[in-house]
Amino acid sequence: MKRFVPFPLLALALFAMWILLTGFSPGHVLLGALVALIVSRSMLSLQVEPPRVRIGWAVVRLSGIVLADIVRSNIAVAKIILVNPPDRHSDFIELPTQLRSPYALAVLALIITATPGSLWVQHDANRHVILIHVLDLVDEAEWTELIRDRYERLLMEIFE
Amino acid sequence: MIQAPDLPTWAAIIIALLVLGGSILTLVGALGLIRLPTFYARVHATTLGATAGMAAILLASMLCFSVLQTRPVVHEILIALFVTLTTPVTLILLARAAIYRDRSENAAQVPDAQGAKAEG
Repeated sequence: MKRFVPFPLLALALFAMWILLTGFSPGHVLLGALVALIVSRSMLSLQVEPPRVRIGWAVVRLSGIVLADIVRSNIAVAKIILVNPPDRHSDFIELPTQLRSPYALAVLALIITATPGSLWVQHDANRHVILIHVLDLVDEAEWTELIRDRYERLLMEIFE
Repeated sequence: MIQAPDLPTWAAIIIALLVLGGSILTLVGALGLIRLPTFYARVHATTLGATAGMAAILLASMLCFSVLQTRPVVHEILIALFVTLTTPVTLILLARAAIYRDRSENAAQVPDAQGAKAEG
């Protein structure tokens, strides 16, 4: 099984994309399956490290938390743009991180950047520190806690 | 849109609200590009349109065509997925370029590669 489908998640995602784009019919199911198998096999030549993803409750919880945070910070940033409070202070902050898996770090970068109000700037792989820019910075320690408790713990459950 | 009169009233109202809400959020994000003072702050504004603005408009699209064709139309999920995956990459790239330039010019308020903040 592993030799035949080296990246099962990627194959599944490609198959789902094919069906969503073309519509459900026996011909497209066959064609989509063929494309998914061949294209996901072509990833072998890139010699990527196959990700260890544990799909479970943590994925659902993380998605829910991220969705809620995106909605909340959309409102917060919209308010900042419209009101433009004079005492707003934006700055860079450094956060220590326990994540080591490149996949987990990539997902964290996407989450932090996709949430309005925070922007991923840099990851220092030697010191295990990430640098983010925060639009409305009140308390640096609060951010460290927020990233660690809300995202990192779940990401570690999923990827490490 | 020629099919619009076929929409039942309840769907039309929800779709209109979603499209309007998404557009307003995207507009506020664009406004932020003018109103916010620094480059790093302006990058935050663009995410409004790319997240909640995009989601609201896509939800409206899904609802509209699901009702019109009386079957679930969900391929907008792909648009959402790809926008969510690619926008942060672009924004991070822009931020990296900006911080690289600021560091090479020794600009104030920008931490150097080791994390120490420049004086002045």
